[in-house]
Amino acid sequence: MRNFIRSLTLATALVSAVASTSVAAEEPTKGGTLISVLFQTPRHLNPAVQSGVVTGAPGAQLFAAPIRYDEDWTPQPYLAESWETSDDGLTVTLKLVKNAVFHDGKPITSEDVAFSVDTIKANHPFKSMFAPVTAVETPDVHTAVLKLSQPHPALMLAMSSQLMPIIPKHVYGDGQDPKSHPQNSENVVGSGPFKLTEFKRDEHVILERFDKFFMEGRPYLDKIVMRIIKDQSAGSIGLENGEIHLATFMNTVRNINRMKKNENLTVTPDGYAAIGAIDWLAFNTVEGPTADPKVRQAIAYAVDKNFIHKAIMLGTAADAKTGIHPGSPLYNSDVNGYDLDLDKANALLDEAGKKKDATGTRFGLTIDFGWPSVKPQAEYVKAALKKVGIDVTVRSSPDFPTWAKRIGGHDFQMTIDTVFNWGDPAIGVHRTYQSSNIKKGVIWSNTQQYKNARVDELLELAGKEPDAAKRKALYKEFQEITANELPVYWLNTLPYHTVYNNKVGNPPLGIWASSSPMDKVFLKK
Amino acid sequence: MNFVSIIFQRLLYAALLLTAVLVLNFSMMHLAPGDIADTIAQANGGADAEVMEQIREDYGLDQPFPIQLAKYVGGVLSFDLGYSFFYNQPVTTLIFEKLPATLLLVITSQLLALVVGVLLGVFSARNPKGASSYFVTLFALFGYSAPVFWTGILLLIAFSLKIPILPVAGMRDVTIEGGFFIHALDIARHMVLPVITLSSIFLALYSRLCRASMMEVLGSDYIRTAKAKGLSDAQVTYKHALKNSMSPVVTLAGIQFSAVVSGAVLVETVFSWPGLGSLALQSIVARDTPTILGILFFSALVVIVGNLLTDLVLRMIDPRVGSKG
Repeated sequence: MRNFIRSLTLATALVSAVASTSVAAEEPTKGGTLISVLFQTPRHLNPAVQSGVVTGAPGAQLFAAPIRYDEDWTPQPYLAESWETSDDGLTVTLKLVKNAVFHDGKPITSEDVAFSVDTIKANHPFKSMFAPVTAVETPDVHTAVLKLSQPHPALMLAMSSQLMPIIPKHVYGDGQDPKSHPQNSENVVGSGPFKLTEFKRDEHVILERFDKFFMEGRPYLDKIVMRIIKDQSAGSIGLENGEIHLATFMNTVRNINRMKKNENLTVTPDGYAAIGAIDWLAFNTVEGPTADPKVRQAIAYAVDKNFIHKAIMLGTAADAKTGIHPGSPLYNSDVNGYDLDLDKANALLDEAGKKKDATGTRFGLTIDFGWPSVKPQAEYVKAALKKVGIDVTVRSSPDFPTWAKRIGGHDFQMTIDTVFNWGDPAIGVHRTYQSSNIKKGVIWSNTQQYKNARVDELLELAGKEPDAAKRKALYKEFQEITANELPVYWLNTLPYHTVYNNKVGNPPLGIWASSSPMDKVFLKK
Repeated sequence: MNFVSIIFQRLLYAALLLTAVLVLNFSMMHLAPGDIADTIAQANGGADAEVMEQIREDYGLDQPFPIQLAKYVGGVLSFDLGYSFFYNQPVTTLIFEKLPATLLLVITSQLLALVVGVLLGVFSARNPKGASSYFVTLFALFGYSAPVFWTGILLLIAFSLKIPILPVAGMRDVTIEGGFFIHALDIARHMVLPVITLSSIFLALYSRLCRASMMEVLGSDYIRTAKAKGLSDAQVTYKHALKNSMSPVVTLAGIQFSAVVSGAVLVETVFSWPGLGSLALQSIVARDTPTILGILFFSALVVIVGNLLTDLVLRMIDPRVGSKG
């Protein structure tokens, strides 16, 4: 397989960029200050050593990645004008654009790419992104060659967005610990379309146009002010009165529905397919009644997802039938979705030998929830399971670490949880289902302690299958098995929405939402 | 007992109290399940086992409790509040970075509450049976019982959305350019709603207390004497009565200063006011132990100093206080 993408000239890149957003069919205007909002304070601004979407939004402006993705999951050239994977899938060659410089004016070279990969590999929490990369060779200034121990299709997504920021070796390679480097928060020297003006904790991140950005004419905006507003209701009012132009990752459903009525605003769920956040009901598959797959299936039949979507999410979230986000091309929608069926639920419970006692109760279960916003789902599960004779106790945790300790320590029966896909299943999905990732004390490992030899094998194979169709087939089977055995019962996608003032052109609606470069965003006159 | 020995005695108590606060806070934080490694994993959207072990090692969380405690207390004694786990910054830097914004908010709110509260109290004490007096009582009761975050959001909807004259959040508009005066005006605009929200609780307290104490004073003999002398109503109220009824209000204001910090947490969160309250909430959510302990230590210090000052001031204005001690 020879997957060679012809190098594109800047002009054609520009044309295709404009064409891909031709819905607006508007000539971008230059200049202006975009006011956006962050709902938390980032720890710092260097995504090489910090994941999460709060660092991602400013991080993807400050740092450029080798490639970027369009709305249809197609990779596009960015800092790498072309890339090539060898036939055996063990070598990936990146050709860098020639005119790219860092914010301090020094050229961006293959040395910096090698340094960035090393830094990310050593410090980023997602070890699976670059685990198969054994070395990065630098035959010349503009060529970086990634050597792999096995084919690694997840590498493409791992080289995009905030996941692989190219950071300058001459700044971050000065011997200090990159995780606590002072220039992660101030005097950031980046490679992206915007440079840092000021970062004030709990107040704002101010970015300004980098004039020597390697893509001619970009970015369009002069300035981006990311205001830090921790209360989504206050943020919504700011959008409604025009003070704020753009907000991403909004998930308070009542605010979302209210803003939909505002004629100056556009409210859309587009842009969250790669982040891929899913709410789910996780089971302890080793201890207690939920160790029996029949009990888990019965619970799935008794919980009415339709109610959750309509009454709790007020129509702002979509159904999720498997652990892969429905927006991903690898999603398998043909699996059993467990539509409400109380008869089946009762029959399954009887079959599992969990007969009703004199009071009509079969057994008791506990349900945990990690943060207040998913409490309604937990309360609903309690009410729903009452109907089939399961007596559920909702167990509250005073804060996130308390919950994380319980679930990470496998001290739970059921819990409502939210987990992110992070682009490729190898990065964010495998961790939940691989038996090798049953690690006591680690939240978002395989805390369900689910073990299935075929699933392990499928994920192992899919992780290194270079052929897209074959890979899809492997994930299809994986989704069938897990949807049948239900280590977790997937409820809905997170109701993440992007809200923007209609003055904003080319809002960040690609697969990475605001964790993607906003060089094409502009403000209409 | 003379002044100097009283101050000396108080300072000794204060030092003991602060040490107790330190040890107790540290122990309580240690008892809580979960730690910063979990919240860093959360901020990251997940983390591998080795990463979490590394975090615990980096921050010394793998050491036994007595050693962690000894290290911390030793650090504080040498004026080092430690390093914030979450922000990788010295805690003292963070606190002093946020302090001015909180002081501005808190002092303005206290002054507003005190002035308006006393005026309302006097007003309703003069006609305790009038309709306006009931209105003041109702108003005070509403301010006191409504949760501040609710008052805050309501004010936002009213004055930022329905009648869009005030900004929704933050302390300044960074897009504004101009001199000192323009920036001061901008901060003042951003302050209006948070100050009203925060002062609404204290306003209720002061107006109720002032009303009660005023009514008591207005019934006393020397007021009757003053009236009999032929002084005007206003003179009697503001020159004679108010002075004497202020003492409990001042005491309360001194004590309330500690409550203001806790009130500020909510108000600052609703209005994204970049102060200590925001920092406190953020560090509690993130289980950023050094920062929480630093803020608690700092609050304890403020309360102790505040009480000491109130005590001394009361001794000065009212010779009866402490005369037997």
